[in-house]
Amino acid sequence: MTISTRPAPGPSRTFQFPRFERTALPNGLQVVVAPVRKLPVVTVLAVIDAGATSDPPGREGLAQLTAEGLREGTLKHDGIQILEGFEKLGSSLEAGADWDSTIVSMTLLRDKLTPGLELMTEVLTSPSFPEREVERLKAERLAERAQILAEPRGLADESFSRFLYAKRSRYSEPMAGTTASVSVITRDEIAAFFASRYTPDAVTVIVVGDIHTEEAVTLVSTTLGGWAGKRASVDAASVMQARSTRAVEIIAKEGAAQAELRLGHIGIPRSHPDYFNVVVMNALLGGLFSSRINLNLREQHGYTYGASSFFDWRREPGPFVIATAVQSEVSAAAISETLKEIDGMRTEEIPEEELSLATNYLEGVFPIRYETTSSIASALANLVVFGLPENFYDTYRENIHAVRPSDVLRAAQGYVFPEMLQIVVVGDPAVVKEPVGKLALGDLSVRSATEA
Amino acid sequence: MRIPIDTFRLDNGLFVTLSEDRTAPIVAVNLWYHVGSANERLGRTGFAHLFEHMLFQGSEHVGSNEHFELIQRAGGTLNGSTWLERTNYYETVPSNQLSLALWLEADRMGSLLPAMTQEKLDTQRDVVKNERRWSIDNQPYGTWLERLSALTFPESHPFHHSLIGSMEDLSAASLDDIKQFFETYYTPDNAVLSIAGDFDSADARRLVEKYFGEIPRGRGKPSLTGMDVPPIFGQPLRLVVGDDVALPRLYLAFRSPIFGSDGYYAASVAGAILGMRRGSRLHRSLVRERQVAADASAFTFDLAKASDLLVVDVIARPETTPERLEEEVNREVDRLIQDGVREEEVERAVALIDTEIVTALQSASERADRLSMFATYFGEPELLNEQPAKYQDVTVEAVNEFAGSRLGPENRVTLLFVPRMETADSGVTTPPSIAA
Repeated sequence: MTISTRPAPGPSRTFQFPRFERTALPNGLQVVVAPVRKLPVVTVLAVIDAGATSDPPGREGLAQLTAEGLREGTLKHDGIQILEGFEKLGSSLEAGADWDSTIVSMTLLRDKLTPGLELMTEVLTSPSFPEREVERLKAERLAERAQILAEPRGLADESFSRFLYAKRSRYSEPMAGTTASVSVITRDEIAAFFASRYTPDAVTVIVVGDIHTEEAVTLVSTTLGGWAGKRASVDAASVMQARSTRAVEIIAKEGAAQAELRLGHIGIPRSHPDYFNVVVMNALLGGLFSSRINLNLREQHGYTYGASSFFDWRREPGPFVIATAVQSEVSAAAISETLKEIDGMRTEEIPEEELSLATNYLEGVFPIRYETTSSIASALANLVVFGLPENFYDTYRENIHAVRPSDVLRAAQGYVFPEMLQIVVVGDPAVVKEPVGKLALGDLSVRSATEA
Repeated sequence: MRIPIDTFRLDNGLFVTLSEDRTAPIVAVNLWYHVGSANERLGRTGFAHLFEHMLFQGSEHVGSNEHFELIQRAGGTLNGSTWLERTNYYETVPSNQLSLALWLEADRMGSLLPAMTQEKLDTQRDVVKNERRWSIDNQPYGTWLERLSALTFPESHPFHHSLIGSMEDLSAASLDDIKQFFETYYTPDNAVLSIAGDFDSADARRLVEKYFGEIPRGRGKPSLTGMDVPPIFGQPLRLVVGDDVALPRLYLAFRSPIFGSDGYYAASVAGAILGMRRGSRLHRSLVRERQVAADASAFTFDLAKASDLLVVDVIARPETTPERLEEEVNREVDRLIQDGVREEEVERAVALIDTEIVTALQSASERADRLSMFATYFGEPELLNEQPAKYQDVTVEAVNEFAGSRLGPENRVTLLFVPRMETADSGVTTPPSIAA
């Protein structure tokens, strides 16, 4: 029967990441255009060098509030008019800050591009930050805080960052700020942050979709070319781990149906020369469905619906995290099995066969990741944010392909440290404390689920 | 904009849709089985979803976990999902791996049972129980879907019970149940296969015939009985749930015309006017102006049988009481009935929906999934291309007609989550109450 024979792959077709061109306008604003002419859709994305790491101490959330505040009114229009303006065009303006940048973007049909870009220009260059809307945004953020603290996953993520990073590190506090920090941010602080950080020389506008390069450049220079201003100098974020020895914190959620687990430590910055080795190593440890940790915890033991690991890539060293949620009774067993998989990864070279699982996957999914104008625009934004080489996406697959078993072993030994793991368990202390304590992993503390 | 669509049917009943797009060397394969939680027997709930997990546990020529490994090793992405009326399985792979994806789907459709073991069932049962804990029991408002299904469909109705199933039913699932379920529903004549992306139609057709052609037709499946429901509930229904949540949250559900019917598009536009994006009525009024809500949205379930549901979902601000939240949301819905909608509100909604449709079709996986959906529910994948026109045709009158006939109190189900601490007996769950 023909069906018993596994088919072999056909000859592979080449794929090229979309060609793009970069142009600098006289005011310092950079324009990157990638024509992608498949459907009548265009994404416009502005990357602004104003991430959450620029928040002053005690004002965590300032970058985020500034980004959201852009849409709430300009010198010419109020917030409602702006909102209606975009939605009439069948689009919405997304605006938010991540750690390293602020991203403002919209995806719209090709014939709506010009009016869309005009409105986006207004928002980027002349926001008025009305007091009433700023207060509303702050109140919305406080409501979101209440939600996160009641939600085991969000609570685990935040508790882990706070447990991992030393108090002085910006990364110890949530990206969008805490109740305390957001409450004290004023409208004037937002306006001042905007004035110092949103300048044309700190902005790259990326246009991807059904458009010619010259047309896009002309459009951006007509709209944003007259924007003036010079960027202020910026200090790099300070990043330190709270302690150098392994430690465990239980966040008490009495009666919880499951325990959320986070294990990790500080990782490496995005610009690290071992980036590709670490990406492949992590895929095999916990990045893929068929990774060692997921197969062990989910498929072998049935402890969880899923377990994964990741390096959170930022300009400064972001966390390396293993995340899962398990039936409370098996929390200790799940931690032990995870530690076993880490040890295995650090002791022996992986077989070629296993390595190719990750490298083939990462090479193969590359074109699948860049099917849409918005995903291409985000990829181009990463070049800007992390200062990656222009040919990064053209050489990505060969760089993945070049990773050897010895590189994976070196990456595991060099960037995963079982003795430094910080472990957070959000769960019922009555069920998890004793068995997790018995593992004798290090100092163990129990805290209630309130904001620090 | 029209995407090309070709269709054919194999002798064993498998319906196939093809949509070529050679812009990138990737291809999406998508298989819809016309079986969902509605096809489960009472006392055996959660079966369709548990079964979705079992389909990744290997078949005659594929080892357990090998399906995932083979696709990922080929450089592809994959998954499956279960809904009330259907279960789907999908992969997107580099186009030179199309035959692998088709072979894997055919192997499990044609020969799953020889590979089924008690041990695999036991492990996946534990995985699914953990999925339930993770996504429902340990999540604030996590029970909203099963509570709303229970409230909006009568006890005997196939849409009434929990999609993921109860812990008791999951424990009771036997290997024999699995076998029967597979033989009844996982047959070529109960499936639609869609392929979208970079392929040659003649090649694809040859591969589909080669791998799926010999799989025998099924013996037919029991029809869903007791599906008919009146167009409106006929009386207000209300349930208050004390839960481990920080903020009150209100769901309103209205019976609405089934997915794909003429009335559906007006309902969908009414939903968008009420709760799509920040410029919608609920968001503008409750979040922005009156500032009683932290977030507001509205959407349809897209059920193609019995009755669809239009659902409004609003989360309170910390200082807003549950009573106030309910009063404010109801007032906005009432206002829509009384005052009707304006032309520009319909235009705004249609413009947003239009962009969403075109943008989604950039992805091969979305194209294949939507083709399968229209083919499964209506036997007409071409409906995919007609969606923008169907929305363009929605008039102010049609939306007002819908609002007047479907959004009134006699067709309104209320599901209100309140923080447990704030309930009358502190720390005690508010007993469910259904008021006439």
